[in-house]
Order: sequence, then C-alpha cells, then structure tokens
Amino acid sequence: MSKYTEEDLKKELETKEYEYGFYTDIEADTLPIGLNEDIVRAISAKKGEPEWMTEWRLEAFRIWESMVEPEWANVRYEKPDFQAISYYSAPKTKPKLDSLDEVDPELLDTFNKLGISIEEQKRLSGVAMDIVMDSVSVATTFKATLAERGIIFCSISEAIKNHPELVKKYLGSVVPQTDNFYAALNSAVFSDGSFCYIPKGVRCPMELSTYFRINQAGTGQFERTLVIADEGSYVSYLEGCTAPSRDENQLHAAVVELIAMDDAEIKYSTVQNWFPGDSSGKGGVFNFVTKRGLCEKNAKISWTQVETGSAVTWKYPSCILKGDNSIGEFYSIAVTNNFQQADTGTKMIHLGKNTRSTIISKGISAGKSQNSYRGLVQVGPRAENARNFSQCDSLLMGNECGAHTFPYIEAKHPTAQIEHEATTSKIGEDQIFYCNQRGIPTEKAIALIVNGFSKEVLNKLPMEFAVEAQKLLEISLEGSVG
Amino acid sequence: MLQIKNLHASVEDKEILKGINLEVKAGEIHAIMGPNGAGKSTLSSVIAGNEAFEVTEGDIILEGEELGELAPEERAHKGVFLSFQYPVEIPGVSVTNFMKTAINESRKAQGMEEMPASEMLKKIKEKAELLEIDRKFLSRSLNEGFSGGEKKRNEIFQMAMLEPKLAILDETDSGLDIDALRIVANGVNKLKSKDNAIIVITHYQRLLEYIVPDFVHVLHDGKIVKTGGKELALELEEKGYDWIKSSVEK
Repeated sequence: MSKYTEEDLKKELETKEYEYGFYTDIEADTLPIGLNEDIVRAISAKKGEPEWMTEWRLEAFRIWESMVEPEWANVRYEKPDFQAISYYSAPKTKPKLDSLDEVDPELLDTFNKLGISIEEQKRLSGVAMDIVMDSVSVATTFKATLAERGIIFCSISEAIKNHPELVKKYLGSVVPQTDNFYAALNSAVFSDGSFCYIPKGVRCPMELSTYFRINQAGTGQFERTLVIADEGSYVSYLEGCTAPSRDENQLHAAVVELIAMDDAEIKYSTVQNWFPGDSSGKGGVFNFVTKRGLCEKNAKISWTQVETGSAVTWKYPSCILKGDNSIGEFYSIAVTNNFQQADTGTKMIHLGKNTRSTIISKGISAGKSQNSYRGLVQVGPRAENARNFSQCDSLLMGNECGAHTFPYIEAKHPTAQIEHEATTSKIGEDQIFYCNQRGIPTEKAIALIVNGFSKEVLNKLPMEFAVEAQKLLEISLEGSVG
Repeated sequence: MLQIKNLHASVEDKEILKGINLEVKAGEIHAIMGPNGAGKSTLSSVIAGNEAFEVTEGDIILEGEELGELAPEERAHKGVFLSFQYPVEIPGVSVTNFMKTAINESRKAQGMEEMPASEMLKKIKEKAELLEIDRKFLSRSLNEGFSGGEKKRNEIFQMAMLEPKLAILDETDSGLDIDALRIVANGVNKLKSKDNAIIVITHYQRLLEYIVPDFVHVLHDGKIVKTGGKELALELEEKGYDWIKSSVEK
C-alpha cells in the first residue's frame, strides 16, 4: 500500500480534464475578423436594429477606441488581439423557432451531452429558458405563462425591436458605455443576451434561466443582459454556462445590468464553467465581465455565483445601494485549478441611508492556480447607518497555488459599521485520514470537505442549481477517477 | 477476530513498534496501557491503516484476512473503527451528513443500496438517545467548536452508528469529566456484544472501572511486556509505570 501524500492529491487534481470538451458542428454565419465602425454597423444591420441602437453602438465603439486595457487585476495573460477576433457568429438555422422540434438536432444533442436536457428541465423544474448559443437565441419557452402576468422574457435583440422604450431608458443606465474597457467593447459589439422585465407588484412564478455556450472557434462572445424589476416585484434569475474545449483563448466580455426599483427584489445566480484551459495551462476562456445592479428604495439585489471555469476571470458583481434601506448581497464560490487565475469579488456602494450589504466569498485554489478576492465597500457621505459584513475564506490544496485577498474600504460617514473577517485553511492529511477511517474514500472526502467549506454559499442557490453546482465543484477538484 | 503477529512499524525511519503480538477474540474487551511514548497510539493508527506509519514486519489479520494491503477506508468497510484521541474538525459538514456519507460509502463498498432516509433517521435518533446526545448537536459542524467531552461522545456516537466489529478507543477518557465519562462508558457497554471486540487504549485505570476489560496488556517501548486480568490495571495504578520499567530492565 503506497502512502497517500499531498503529492498524490496534487497529481489527482492535475489529471482532471474538462468533462465537457466537445465541439458542435453547426454551420455558422461569421463576420470577417477585426473591429472598426463598419463591423459595428454590420453587426447592427445583421440584427436588423433601429438607427438609435446603431448610433449607441458606434458611440461605445469610439469610447472603446480611446481606452486602454486595464492591468490592475492580479492576473497574468497574453492580451487578446482585438483585431484577430470575429465579432459575430450566428447559427445558420431558421431565424425564429416556435418549439423545440424546430431546433437543430445537433444543438439539442450538445445540450444532452451536457446533461442539460431541455425537455427534462422544462418538465421537471418548471424553468423557462432562453437558450443562448453562439450569440442568437434559438428557443424560448414558457412565454405564455410569463406573458399572462405581463412579464417580458426574451432575447435582447427582440427587446430592442419590441420594447424599445424600456431598452432605451435602461440600457447603459447602470453600466454606461464609458464604464470600463470591456464594458465599452461589449456595448459596441454585443451579439445577444437576455432581457427581462417584471411589472409592478408581480412575483415571477418561476426561476428564469439562461444557458450560455461559446461554440464557434475564434468567436468572442459578448452577452448583454438587462433585468428590470419594477416596483414591488420579485424575480430569481439563473445563468449557467459550459463551453467546449478549444485550443486558442476565447474572449468573453459580458455585461449584466440589474435594476431593482422601490421595494423590488432580484436574485441573480450564476454557475460558470467556461473551459479553463488544459492541465498545462493551454487554451481556456478569458472571462472579463461587468455585472452591476442598482437598488432603489427598500430594494434588494442578491448575487450568488459559483465560478469553476475560465483560464482568466475578472469579475465583480456589484450593487449600488442608492435608495434608503436597500440591501445588497454577494455570495461567491470561486474554484481555480491547474493554471487558472481568478480575480473576483464585489463592490458594495452605499449611497442611501440604512443600507446594508453582506459579502461571503469562498475561494478554493488547487494546482498552480492563483485565486484573488478583490472587494470594495464604499459608504457615501449621505449613507447614515450603513452596515456591511464581509467574510472571505480561502481553502488551499497543495503547495503551489495562491490565495490573495484585497479588501478596499472607504467610509465617508461616521455612523458606518463595517466588519471584515478572513480565514485561510488547507485540506489536511489528518482530515482525509479521519474520513478514510470512517469508510469515506479520499475523493469523496475532498468533495465533502469542499462542500462543507462552500456550504454558506451553496445554500443560497435555488435547489436544482445547488445540486448542479455541487457536482461541478466535485468535477473541478477531483481526480480522473469516477 | 483480530490477530497481530510480530508487528513492527516505524515513522520516518524511527521504529516505534518492535514486535507486537496480540490476539483478540469476539466478545472480548482488551485494555492496552502504558506510559507516554510506549507506542499505544501508533498501534491504533497502524491497525486503522494510517499511511504515515510504515509497517516493516509482521501481520495484522482480521477474521482471517490480512489487512496489510488495504487502504484505511477498506479496513473501515471490513469493520475496523478507531475512536480518535484528537478528532479533527470538518467545518460546514454536519455530524448527520458525515454519518450519512460514511454509512452509505460502506454500503456501496458492500454492493448495497443507500440506506433509506427513514431508516437513517430512526437509527440516528436511537443512537443519539443511547449516548444522551441532543438532536441539535447533530446538525452542528463536525467537531467544530466542540468541547473535549463533546468530541469524545461524538466519536462513540459514530461507533454506535457504524456498528464495527473491532473498535479501538484511543484515550477516549482524556478530556472527559466524570459525568461524560460515565455516559461514554455506558454507551460503549451497551454497544458491546458477543460478536464484536473492543480495544481500549488508556493511560489511567479510571476508565476501566466503567469499561471492564477481560485482559490488560502493558505496552512498553514498542512491546507488550505484561498481560493479565483486570486486576493488573489496579496494580499498575498503585505501583506506577516505573514498576514495569524496572521489572523489564531486570
């Protein structure tokens, strides 16, 4: 019997391959590579957008041209060549589908490989999904149920056509084109994404869900999501992604904007599993995302995320607590393995009185990965009695990974109460032996310990998502066995 | 049940066990006593299969089967249980969840289905009552923030749940006040049957007033130097370990 050491544990972790590495061969309609005003116009034209939208994109493009790529994040990577990317790719199938029968069978097969059977999802969990695959929505379900309550849930392209007044008013209202390099780029070239509007006083009867996929070689994916919860409404939104293996780096720069009006609540949950690169660090998705929500009076926004994928992640789902008594929450699990790098966290901007925020961040690092938490808690001069509680825990596996915490605190009101707790721990051989002695094999023991570590965040996910997330954590950290 | 033959084991090239011979039959309770550093905890770790120790010679045989090549979890599946001297904390994993996982992993190894939830709950309730454990305690994170007594009581609760053939209680009395000691000992006595065996590793005779052994072995410098009945424990308490040391050296 050989001695099970940390070396073995590390080796097991290294041999974990991307489970969802396959490629769907769907004929695609792709624009030539590179980016200029003509390409921006072409994207807009291909999508049949109105003039105001084209102008908005061009404005963003001009802003982007004047900006430089940020370098402050604790990540190292070769910068993408923005002129070597194709900015538009749409599956060349019928443009509009009414039922699943019309969906490309190969596409359905892809979802089946992922274990995401749409039919099953529909039937079992009552989840309405707007499936985004390579930039164009191909199926939308449960529309009727939602429409009865006046809920709009559609692709952003449809929303631009059918609800221009809402899009005009809110697009860019939380994340303006000028916000940052990637937000500007997204604003110029966003391909598609989801739009959701919940009318006053309506409680959305089901979890709204979108599955994102990157599928076309060398295609950057630029999703744009806009969720508007009108006064006193409630919505829970799920976003989950998996991506096929790819040799070259793929750029993903999404923008998500949430607007929670007076007394409204938005719960936004993400399970992210973009291709992280192989065990030598080759390939993998660059994930540079801007997610931000605005809370009006008594409103609440809750971000929950489980991040296991991507080669490089740069992501800070944030809350602007503008209205008095508003609440912001951020619950995050970020797993990095092999050569993955993650710089992720949140910003809680307290502007209104009695605003409250909670941050629970769990970082798990393995292999040679680097995992950073970066968070800002800002209390403005009018934010009387603002309160924040932050907790950042790191779990290390092996001796070659890193965990870093960068908390920023800016308080401009004397009544602010800000608490920050941080811990770092390591999975010990004694913990594993203890589990082994009770009959629990090492892989299961690691999964148990990791799930225990992540429990506070997993508990915040909707039930069916939590199961999927737990499975993902196990896949991300276990060896090739099983 | 258990046969240990000429067992030698070392850690980092330092020999700790220097030829242990021991036979434990079903239905028996054996006590292993000895001074600090005699190798008591090493013996329990080696039986459980802790890979930090290297077995250099000898055999450990459980019900006719050599354990030497088996991983710790496989030994557990065969009915070996170790009540740890220092149980580790596993944050976020409740006692209940931990037990559920342990039981189902053992069942899986034996080709059985998972235990139905209702049966599991019934069992948990029954065993918790046996050890006078508050139900709320079972939803707490494993050993996290537990007092010394709670940790030991939890170890015996796990023993009750897993129903091992061979249970090794490593210094279960340390850190226990007299009330907790009585509860733990009562629990162990109730779990004892003609089909299982218990090895009690202890420093003091105190625990043996409650868990009465059939045999007492004195371990000194990696070897069993004296074996007797329960009265040997009393004699040891009275005369101290120096008595053993000097009688060995004579």
